Amino acid sequence: MAKIRIEKLTKIFGPRPKEGLRMLDAGKSNAEIREAGHAVGISDVSFEVEQGEFVVVMGLSGSGKSTLIRCLNRLNEPSRGHIYIDDEDITTYDHDQLLKLRQHKISMVFQHFALFPHRTVVDNAAYGLEIQGIEPEERRRRANEALELVGLKGWSDSYPSQLSGGMQQRVGLARALAVEPDILLMDEAFSALDPLIRRDMQHEMMLLQQRVKKTIVFITHDLDEALQVGDRIVLMKDGRVVQIGTPEDILKNPASAYVERFVENVDMSRVLTAQAVLQRARVLAFPGDGPRTALRKMNDDNYASLLVVERDYTLRGTISVEAASKAVQDGLKTIEPLIEETPSIPINEPLMSIIGILSEWRWLLPVVDENNKVLGVVTRAAVLTALAENTPDKTTSAEPESEPESEPERSDAA
Amino acid sequence: MIPMVPKFPLAHMIDVALNWLTHNFSWLTQALSHGISAVIDVIITGLLWVPPWLLILIVAAIGWRAAGRRVGIFTALGLLFLWNLRLWQPTVETFTLVLISTLIAVAIGLPLGIAAALSKRTSRVVMPVLDFMQTMPAFVYLIPAIPFFGLGAVSASVATVIFSTPPTIRLTALGIQQVPSDLVEAADAFGSSPRQKLFKVQLPMAVPTIMAGINQTIMLALSMVVIAAMIGAGGLGGKVWQAIQRLEPGKGFESGIAIVILAMILDRVTQRIGRGSPAAGAH
Repeated sequence: MAKIRIEKLTKIFGPRPKEGLRMLDAGKSNAEIREAGHAVGISDVSFEVEQGEFVVVMGLSGSGKSTLIRCLNRLNEPSRGHIYIDDEDITTYDHDQLLKLRQHKISMVFQHFALFPHRTVVDNAAYGLEIQGIEPEERRRRANEALELVGLKGWSDSYPSQLSGGMQQRVGLARALAVEPDILLMDEAFSALDPLIRRDMQHEMMLLQQRVKKTIVFITHDLDEALQVGDRIVLMKDGRVVQIGTPEDILKNPASAYVERFVENVDMSRVLTAQAVLQRARVLAFPGDGPRTALRKMNDDNYASLLVVERDYTLRGTISVEAASKAVQDGLKTIEPLIEETPSIPINEPLMSIIGILSEWRWLLPVVDENNKVLGVVTRAAVLTALAENTPDKTTSAEPESEPESEPERSDAA
Repeated sequence: MIPMVPKFPLAHMIDVALNWLTHNFSWLTQALSHGISAVIDVIITGLLWVPPWLLILIVAAIGWRAAGRRVGIFTALGLLFLWNLRLWQPTVETFTLVLISTLIAVAIGLPLGIAAALSKRTSRVVMPVLDFMQTMPAFVYLIPAIPFFGLGAVSASVATVIFSTPPTIRLTALGIQQVPSDLVEAADAFGSSPRQKLFKVQLPMAVPTIMAGINQTIMLALSMVVIAAMIGAGGLGGKVWQAIQRLEPGKGFESGIAIVILAMILDRVTQRIGRGSPAAGAH
């Protein structure tokens, strides 16, 4: 069961949304509808978000991503379509149900932090709990816990204006986490921060997500950011979904010229991971193998080394052809004493760091899962080939449009 | 051509309407008048019962706390000077009228300002009425006040309330509307009810603007209370009015300067209240 299921969601801004919907159904373009005095926020958006998934909605200014995220807690009232959260259609909720939903299940982090300047840091973090009607001591305790989670221990009694931008957004994050919501909506949450701080926050957000395991819908206009943090990316243009997929899907198979233009200027080595160049380890040696067996395995496949694994594929190390030959001369029974310690990489390691490791390590580089079991190997040739294939030819491609800093927001808060 | 068109009987119509109102509602207004009059008398008597030096000390201390040492000292010196001029009683009378009028004005203005900020329809009704109230010459209010409330302090304070409420209404509405939209959105996103949003976000953020409105209301009330001396409000305005009738420029200026000093004290002290809140420093 999906945590969030969005079905054919459409939002028309303007005095008479029904008329806008009719025009949309008649196949009119967004520009024609705009001339009639309506604005298409989003049209016919459908996708699902799984429990614990980090989904990034990405698009340029005016692509409808902010409208979409605001439909999820009905700060924008959808004109048509359905949103199911835990299989309940929230578009049918009345006022009280809606307040409960916003108080307990969904919370939001804003682009410009939106902290309350007249409240201390801890009172900001406790805002949602206060609205729920929780007692002062209890909410102070829980707000402090949330502040600690985002690394702001000891700042409780400061005012937001005394904090740097990055710290202010941590308060925003703590305020959202303090109510222990299932779903976190993040609206360009890091876009107002300067690049270095933004990188840090992205990184910390990913670490935090591993601990709190929320279902996150994150909005950004920055593809690098989307690729960095997203399990999946929903690409939007003119209020419609253009492509949905994992970062690699989107990079390797852009669904349209629009997506391609986005993807063009992305540094592939940062985005492609070991997954993309993984090869099956066709032969493996076991610690109990005799040196002759190991040599024969190498000869069969023309390898200069073999990975040594336990029977359950737990990585032990590497045996090189030189070591195996020497073992034969010395008359050793097994290759166990000659196993070299071997670096390994996780499946989601970016190619960039793999290149670094490969420049130091000349044998097969094993890729392992979290239990140190071998999933396969990567070779230098495979990495270089992947990079060559995926790097666009910059001299022939048109300059991509620069991405705007922020987008003006329409709002019709409920 | 113009004389051919009969005069539109505006004055007559208003007279008829007011007569009707007086006839049917004067029992209510008279009762109200007695009530307000009693309150005013109690306050004046009470304040005059306190020895002037003690009252000066208390007011100066309030000024010091609210607005700093300089205002505290200025308050003490100013009031001592008024005492020395033998204007203590009229000063207390005037201050009491300002206080009562301001309290009533705020009690009416704050809710109306909130309503105007939250509802476009209310705003469309209220704002033109405010324009009318503020541009109508203040003296005019005095005329109908007499049949309803009789000569004296009550009529004066009613006219004063009408004249001085608009800034509180306007600036309360403005203060609430000026709360940044992303903060309002954040309040909504956490499931605040309209009431919670108002009391936890919008009003606290609007405090500096609302205080500016109340400050203006106080200043307008003071100026009106002086004019209201013409219908027997007494106080410092009464002294000025007396001086005009007797052609005594010295006494006239003496009372005038006393009014200026009182105005400065009220202005400085109330101006600083509300500035201390962190919301004021953040924007």
